[in-house]
Amino acid sequence: MNPLAIVPVPAAAPAAQVGNPWINIGIFGLFVVVTLVVVLRASRNNKTAADYLAGGRAFTGGQNGTAIAGDYLSAASFLGIVGAIAIYGYDGFLYSIGFLVAWLVALLLVAELLRNTGKFTMADVLSFRLKQKPVRIAASITTLAVCLFYLLAQMAGAGGLVSLLLGISDKAGQSVVIIVVGALMIFYVLMGGMKGTTWVQIIKACLLIAGAFVMTVWALAMHGFDFNALLGAAVEKAGTEKILDPGQQYGKSITTKIDFLSLGLALVLGTAGLPHVLMRFYTVPTAKEARKSVVWAIWLIGAFYLFTLVLGYAAGALIGVDAIKAAPGGQNSAVPLLAYHLGGSVLLGIIAAVAFATILAVVAGLAITAAASFSHDIYGSVIKKGKAPSEQEVKVARRTVIVIGLVAIVGGIGAQGQNVAFLVALAFAVAASANLPTILYSLFWKRFTTRGALWSMYGGLGSALILIIFSPVMSGAATSMIQGVNFAWFPLANPGIVSIPLAFFLGWLGSVTDKNTEDPVKAAEMEVRSLTGIGAEAPVDH
Amino acid sequence: MSDSPTPAPEDFLRVQQEPRFRKLRSDYRRFAFPMTALFLAWYLLYVIVAAFFPQVMAVRVYGYINVGIVWGLLQFVSTFVITALYVRFANRKLDPEATAIRQELEADAERNAAAQAGAKHAAPAATQEEAK
Repeated sequence: MNPLAIVPVPAAAPAAQVGNPWINIGIFGLFVVVTLVVVLRASRNNKTAADYLAGGRAFTGGQNGTAIAGDYLSAASFLGIVGAIAIYGYDGFLYSIGFLVAWLVALLLVAELLRNTGKFTMADVLSFRLKQKPVRIAASITTLAVCLFYLLAQMAGAGGLVSLLLGISDKAGQSVVIIVVGALMIFYVLMGGMKGTTWVQIIKACLLIAGAFVMTVWALAMHGFDFNALLGAAVEKAGTEKILDPGQQYGKSITTKIDFLSLGLALVLGTAGLPHVLMRFYTVPTAKEARKSVVWAIWLIGAFYLFTLVLGYAAGALIGVDAIKAAPGGQNSAVPLLAYHLGGSVLLGIIAAVAFATILAVVAGLAITAAASFSHDIYGSVIKKGKAPSEQEVKVARRTVIVIGLVAIVGGIGAQGQNVAFLVALAFAVAASANLPTILYSLFWKRFTTRGALWSMYGGLGSALILIIFSPVMSGAATSMIQGVNFAWFPLANPGIVSIPLAFFLGWLGSVTDKNTEDPVKAAEMEVRSLTGIGAEAPVDH
Repeated sequence: MSDSPTPAPEDFLRVQQEPRFRKLRSDYRRFAFPMTALFLAWYLLYVIVAAFFPQVMAVRVYGYINVGIVWGLLQFVSTFVITALYVRFANRKLDPEATAIRQELEADAERNAAAQAGAKHAAPAATQEEAK
């Protein structure tokens, strides 16, 4: 029901393997070797926290923009969106539009101001003119929550991908692969920090976008470079013109329609609140470069989603809905099957390796974000009250990476075969309701207070979680996570349409009823800094 | 770190009241806020029509290409256009204003720092880094 996560494969999936798993493993191995060399080279200068957690703030806008695309375009969005378009037609396309348009929020309202006022984390900005301790703790909790949901979805997805691409369908084999992915991720992030992670993202983004581009041109060429003809072929294969119209997936009832609206809202407002995206803005030297990063990211992500539109209908035309649904991995097998159809085992191997690289890079980006939040916000600012030397913050960040890696491995193995599709949507909903209102209020609303921030963050996080727990994704439906019981009373799978306005409202209510006013000097400093860049963190020169 | 000296709190309060800074702020907001409202409305309209009036999206424009595909692609176009417009606006209008204010503030701060260093037993340099 949600193409944003990789649907788990039943353990007894038919072993109708296409392609050669050894080619897939070999190409992925090559990617690992190349990125390891790059990470080790990049890690030489990792001394201070600014090096380790913000890549020395020395990346260019173009590099960082590519890395943002790498962070953002997860395996789920590649396999999931193409698969959704192949099977449901137009409704799959709707997702990609939300994912792209969302970047305008980051561009117009967040990126530059954030770069000018913060150091490493989202909490730097949120706590700038409010009370440090409570706001930092709250921001750190929402950061860790978003990272954890996203991480678990990716790790569980890794298991599903393995069965699809490597022909390993037993649980033990999938667990081994999850452990390998987790261990590699820990190594990358431990050694390379933000610099190494950024390079992995850049390499992966180039591979992913190039791979999608080649397949797109190839598929279009087979239809005489006529998109109209490709659509015609897809319609003919599907035997219905309905795949061109919206509503195949979301048009069933009024509830599913509102659910779609809710998802659309969470996508468009969640992106600019995703902590691992926000953190990327600190890896560039100036606000102007942060702006350039978003512009690069918008072009790359936009181009990529245009490719997925072609690829989705091409998979529908060349493979067919029934063949995709019958393949191991179902909807997610549309891309691999199309790659195999076009370029045989070698292209399939490349695309499979890219899909793995994608998971690896995304989990690495999430891990360093969570580690930064814990070491800088909780350890450095709350426990040590800002007195911790930067080496100590790096040490704590490294230890946190190991813990997060282990949690991701254990969680990923535990989540195998579970329907965790809702986790990515949940991460977006939490980001949109717990993070974005507070970010916007603290940047633009003078009267915003600490209490408003806490109400908004905890209210947004809490309401999103509670609504998910009592929704059909947890119980009461055929696809629910917990079967055999029904405690669902909230009809929608995505809580955004309720939790986002609620969080905005709570931020306002908490502030206007608060008798305490915040320090006007700090507010002046924040406003002047955010718009002029005075006193912004400078890049590290080596 | 090559951090420039941080301006004093009263400098921030003073600059915040200056007409030049207020102009920078209102220029930025007058571009960013309506543009945000515009693209959100444009996007939500598209989502609502797709969800509740799919028959509008199903109207054919050319061959198999219908309103839905065209409107979807127009969302890409509008995103690219707004991006380009903002970059042009920021480069031409915001950056020069922000740079001028920043340079002046930095000069002030350096003068303050020099004056403090002149007054021998001044406070330790830690105050600079202490801002946060």
